[in-house]
Amino acid sequence: MWAFIHKLGSPKWFYAISSRLLPWFWTTAVLLIGVGTVWGLAFAPADYQQGNSYRIIYVHVPAAFLAQSIFVSMAVAGLIFMVWKIKIADMAAAMMAPLGAAMTFVGLFSGAVWGVPTWGTWWMWDARLTSMLILFFLYIGVIALRGAFSSRHSASRAASVLAMVGVINIPIIKYSVDWWYTLHQPSSFSMTSRPSMPADMWLPLLIMVLGFYCFFVAVTLMRMRSEILRRESNKRWVRELAGELS
Amino acid sequence: MRGTEAPMVEEEGARVSRGEPRGGLVVALRATLKRDLILLLRRRSELMNPLVFFALVITLFPIGISPDPVLLATIAPGLLWVAALLAALLSLDSLFRGDFEDGSLEQLLLSPQPLPALVLAKVAVHWLMTGLPLALMAPVLGLMLSLPAGSYGVLALSLAVGTASLSLIGAIGAALTVGLSRGGVLLSLLVLPLYIPVLIFGAGAVKATIMGDGVTAHLAILGALLAVALMLAPWAIAASLRISING
Amino acid sequence: MTLRLQARNLACERDDRWLFEGLDLDIHAGEIVRIEGPNGSGKTTLLKILSGQLSDYQGELFWNSLPMERARTDFLSSLLYLGHAPGVKSALTPLENLAWYQAMTGDPDSESARMAALEGVGLGGFEDLPTGQLSAGQQRRVALARLTLTPRLLWVLDEPFTAIDRQGVLALEAQLQSHARAGGCVLVTTHHELRSLELRRIHLGQGGDDARH
Repeated sequence: MWAFIHKLGSPKWFYAISSRLLPWFWTTAVLLIGVGTVWGLAFAPADYQQGNSYRIIYVHVPAAFLAQSIFVSMAVAGLIFMVWKIKIADMAAAMMAPLGAAMTFVGLFSGAVWGVPTWGTWWMWDARLTSMLILFFLYIGVIALRGAFSSRHSASRAASVLAMVGVINIPIIKYSVDWWYTLHQPSSFSMTSRPSMPADMWLPLLIMVLGFYCFFVAVTLMRMRSEILRRESNKRWVRELAGELS
Repeated sequence: MRGTEAPMVEEEGARVSRGEPRGGLVVALRATLKRDLILLLRRRSELMNPLVFFALVITLFPIGISPDPVLLATIAPGLLWVAALLAALLSLDSLFRGDFEDGSLEQLLLSPQPLPALVLAKVAVHWLMTGLPLALMAPVLGLMLSLPAGSYGVLALSLAVGTASLSLIGAIGAALTVGLSRGGVLLSLLVLPLYIPVLIFGAGAVKATIMGDGVTAHLAILGALLAVALMLAPWAIAASLRISING
Repeated sequence: MTLRLQARNLACERDDRWLFEGLDLDIHAGEIVRIEGPNGSGKTTLLKILSGQLSDYQGELFWNSLPMERARTDFLSSLLYLGHAPGVKSALTPLENLAWYQAMTGDPDSESARMAALEGVGLGGFEDLPTGQLSAGQQRRVALARLTLTPRLLWVLDEPFTAIDRQGVLALEAQLQSHARAGGCVLVTTHHELRSLELRRIHLGQGGDDARH
């Protein structure tokens, strides 16, 4: 087990193994997202209350899931980097951050678009949207902090600490925002919590969520591979690789 | 059991008498507290800045919104809390910067004493010199915003407890950005999202008092947040300082 | 009073070039080690690594044959580090500055010891002025007073002679010598010649090599 983890921590080995995994993740992601989109948009029944506008759920919910999961994975990667000094983990964290911010933005944007037919306005200080907005600021903070250091070593460690502090805070923020929201306006209508969703509705949603996760893994692996080449550009194996290619 | 325990105690005693680190912690903490207090008291204008800022921001709101006492009274808890939070943020950047620039921070990090305890002393001074005065001043400004009677005590108390958490959380940001030449703006970007729970329960406590609801839950959660911050923040601050000293 | 600081295969990379590589050190009691090299060759970085401040390096450090991570507290209680910045608060008086250092090292609080240390560096009569009002050389002397105030085995001094006048340089040289003779150890960088001292020299490269090999 330990040997495996250390092997995985070696950029060269990771580069080799990821090249074999990558096509699988891409294919699965495209398939799942394709099936989910067609099913969700064309075949799933319309909502009895919201009509067809609810279908934005098939983007909004997966994006919101990813937004939170990516932050957690970023913090875990940061922890692994800080404790075991595995550089691959830091590269993963660095590559995940912009994608997480993008997903948070997609979640916010789709929520705003959804708000127009449901609330009649682009923005409501809804508990979920507010939490997501705060998450977006947390992402920006991590990215900005990483960019502010001139030494990569310090940048990585600082971003790791901040991600870990953030991940401890996310549940606290979520809980307190929920409390704040229920205190201020007892919600009459909630977007996603409904008594029972027919299988025709939630199955495509599940497929979309899985598809988004595969997409996340594929994009992260791909970006990590180019980051490995960039950071290790002085190493012998990378130069050999480049020599073979040219 | 007895037999196995006795040598351990002896060993512990021997260690304390041999090396100064353990025995000297209280001395070092007291010295750090004293030094930082003296330093702040010698720069009294800097001490006044957050208070003046607090008063100024509170003055802006009636001018910008409306002088109507009824309206002001409803938004006063939030205004007071937001303004106090920003005022506390103002002095955060200088928490470690002076030490970083004159080399005292290196010396602090090279002390054989546990660093989390030492930074806790520094944060305590920051709270004592910003958070606590802000909390004491808030009722006066509340009066100017027609804050309903009966909520002044809770306002001061919630601010006193809440700003302690703010100082602790903020110190993590200050420690992360102390090595950066333009860390000030970044610091607020890092720290403000983390301040939101404290703001919610702090302002919530004052509002609950005005509405006649029970205030204990809010204050209890504020206390719980402070306890969590007290447990975790010193380690994060210490780790962040070690990172910043790397440049 | 044993003392042994070892470094094995020490390497440090900054901005894609090696400041130094494959550096092995074995430093014992009684030695004065001078780190030499042109500007930008990593002298300060090496001192910071050897005093346990930096984590961004490769290789291993040992203190009295124990790995540095395990011996850290023991190492720090034997270390006196003087950096580029003197670590002196300009708003505090020299006495107050020294009081903090005395407390931080766990030594008993003693004003007479502080006064004696200040006398020793020629600051008698200045002890109650704010340090910011003193000259640069005098401020540096406040920091140097720690050498007598808090006795430590290992001195790591980064450019300790900066802004010190000739008289002070001679006194400090003598102090380094007697510290080494008494079983202590000094690691120092300086542009001064230090002719009177028996030195061990460690030379760092010409601004470092390219990282490509």
